[in-house]
Amino acid sequence: MGLALLVGISATFREPDHLTRITQKNRPGGDMQWCFSQVKGAIDDDVAEADIISTVEFNHTGELLATGDKGGRVVIFQQEVEIKSRFVSQNKNLPQFRSEYNVYSTFQSHEPEFDYLKSLEIEEKINKIRWLPQKNAAQFLLSTNDKTIKLWKISERDKRPEGYNLKEEDGRYRDPNTITSLRCLKVAFLLQVPVLIPMDLMVEASPRRVFSNAHTYHINSVSVNSDNETYLSADDLRINLWNLEITDRSFSVPIGDQNRNSCDIFSCCITPCCWRSLTARSSDIVDIKPANMEELTEVITAAEFHPHQCNTFVYSSSKGTIRLCDMRVSALCDKHSKLFEEPENPSNRSFFSEIISSISDVKFSHNGRYIMTRDYLSVKIWDLNMENRPVETYQVHEYLRSKLCSLYENDCIFDKFECCWNGNDSVVMTGSYNNFFRIFERGQRRDATLEASRENSKPLQVLKPRKVCTGGKRKKDEISVDSLDFNKKILHTAWHPQDNIIAVATTNNLYIFQDKVN
Amino acid sequence: MECAVDAQSLISMSLMKIHSSRTQRGGIKLHKNLLVSYVLRNARQLYIKEKYAEIYRMQQYEEVMAVCSGIQELDPLEPLEQQGAEDAEPEQPGRAALCGEESRAAGGREPEPPEPAYYRSCCMEDQFSQNCNKTTVLDLDTHVVTTVENGFLHQDCCCAAAAAAAPQCAPGAAARKRKVDSAGCSPDLEEPADYTAGRKRLKREECSGADCSPDASNISNLISIFGSGFSGLLSRQAELEQVCSKQALASLGAWTRAIVAF
Repeated sequence: MGLALLVGISATFREPDHLTRITQKNRPGGDMQWCFSQVKGAIDDDVAEADIISTVEFNHTGELLATGDKGGRVVIFQQEVEIKSRFVSQNKNLPQFRSEYNVYSTFQSHEPEFDYLKSLEIEEKINKIRWLPQKNAAQFLLSTNDKTIKLWKISERDKRPEGYNLKEEDGRYRDPNTITSLRCLKVAFLLQVPVLIPMDLMVEASPRRVFSNAHTYHINSVSVNSDNETYLSADDLRINLWNLEITDRSFSVPIGDQNRNSCDIFSCCITPCCWRSLTARSSDIVDIKPANMEELTEVITAAEFHPHQCNTFVYSSSKGTIRLCDMRVSALCDKHSKLFEEPENPSNRSFFSEIISSISDVKFSHNGRYIMTRDYLSVKIWDLNMENRPVETYQVHEYLRSKLCSLYENDCIFDKFECCWNGNDSVVMTGSYNNFFRIFERGQRRDATLEASRENSKPLQVLKPRKVCTGGKRKKDEISVDSLDFNKKILHTAWHPQDNIIAVATTNNLYIFQDKVN
Repeated sequence: MECAVDAQSLISMSLMKIHSSRTQRGGIKLHKNLLVSYVLRNARQLYIKEKYAEIYRMQQYEEVMAVCSGIQELDPLEPLEQQGAEDAEPEQPGRAALCGEESRAAGGREPEPPEPAYYRSCCMEDQFSQNCNKTTVLDLDTHVVTTVENGFLHQDCCCAAAAAAAPQCAPGAAARKRKVDSAGCSPDLEEPADYTAGRKRLKREECSGADCSPDASNISNLISIFGSGFSGLLSRQAELEQVCSKQALASLGAWTRAIVAF
């Protein structure tokens, strides 16, 4: 019995959840075959600095994919699923489909600023975007640059009010004295109630909150709490806790004002909302600034809330340690509940040991039982119940260990790679150089190196695994370490929360790959 | 370690990175500069160790040669002073190696100063007097402005380390290695953690190498902005027990404060 769902019909769906989940369950969890799906961004090799992608994030359903760039812009893509099924044979129980992400909304999130007190320019580059779980029809996200976090509301409008008669034909406002109600029919002019008529879908982004003046150092992380009421922001030395409480009393938007733009809203929304600091400025939950800055030995590099426990968060340091903190213990979480640290291998000691052990990203698994960290050469997975060493270590590009000197010279050693989990925590992914990215299947102990490039961009083209030759004779199709292009780096990657769809950002392009269905 | 690049070029590379971070858009990145300072420290440790090892080797060689020649020539009935004078000979190459081309061999032995842990390298003074100026630092958080006055070089780490790590050296060798300039600079007894000390030592090390960097003036300007010691890096490291290293590290200034001032 075949599922003759849609024969010879192609339809566009907005909510493909039921289909995609079926796909996920049918998959035995075995090997994935990644296919090219889409690439977004300019084709030319001359990369404008403002176009450099600085963050990528799926929302909680995976329907929306947001990117931030160095120019302070946010671009949101929306998934639209196209079902292409001609004849459903008896061998195939499921239709083939592919998801396409198309531009949904684009807006300027941050502008360059100048701190006159310190004579410092504040970059508009978006460091992080984090989505809030959806509560109503609108979507909310937090975007941050080095100093300021903003809460954006993205809403759809597909109706507009029409039929106002506040104005004369020539556009002047009517004299209010001539406007009357139904009771008084002296003047044959009645105030009309406008009606809503359909219009083309318009997606609007408006800033609802601006959280500023809370960070002396550069913000590196933002994380929304599972209670959906608070979030944290972390800079080099401090972590702040904020309340998201959305009120629309700090500003008003006149209805029907066609000239309304986000700048007007912005100027009204000036009150930072740091719920701990109603009286004092000391609203930090972590502060590792030493009394004497000369004694500084480490900085905070990333922080994240536990996915389920709203009192727990972790932060990583430049020394390669991860601290887990419980906010119930004290207001200022200076004493960690747990400290995750692996002793250094003395045989690997070099000038650059401190640099390569600095953690660039930390991510909880979806089930909340593991932490994944990324340092320069490896990905480590830690069990929350074991502090003295990671349970798994994956080498991303060990062949670079002998090249650290040149990488220090060209500053590549300071690159901050991110990492991500797949939906069921069985696979992890991170980026590398030469537009390579690495996928590690935990259970199968299998790993793959894939490349995001325009050459492999034919529709549904299966990506061929790449191999780096570390020495000796170079085999065919292998690439030698010295031929790697260190300007082509993949720092930001994201995995769809439910499906095997990944978004990989090269310098200025966003690649979307899908696991080959069926 | 793979490095074809030696410690000295790593040091200058690191300093240039710190220097260029001042003009970077977006302000100084605390994290990156902290990491660079670690490389700087590691490179300097190695450089100092190598330097000291070289001095020690040369010293050993000279002493051996002196003993050999002494055995051959020395009449057992000769007065002791002559022996002392010949003993002074090997000091000078060591001293020269230590102080670089700026050292001037003092004629004969000078009265040994008491055993302080530091001295004033007045031979350096004239060259760097223009760098002896005030530095204004601004703390990023408290917005407190402090003015720090540069002083003079106060200690010679290698001497102290030499004394500590080379017990076979003549006990007075360390003292003899120090130079007191005849220009009459009085020894300054400020704290060993004086930030200027390692700063100028760093400069001296770099110039004493075969390739005195052509951008020495850039580096000296850079050095002049470093503030107080970066003592926090020391206490965490087990191998930094040598006095030498401690004092070397004092040169890694509180750049987080000092740099902001500019």
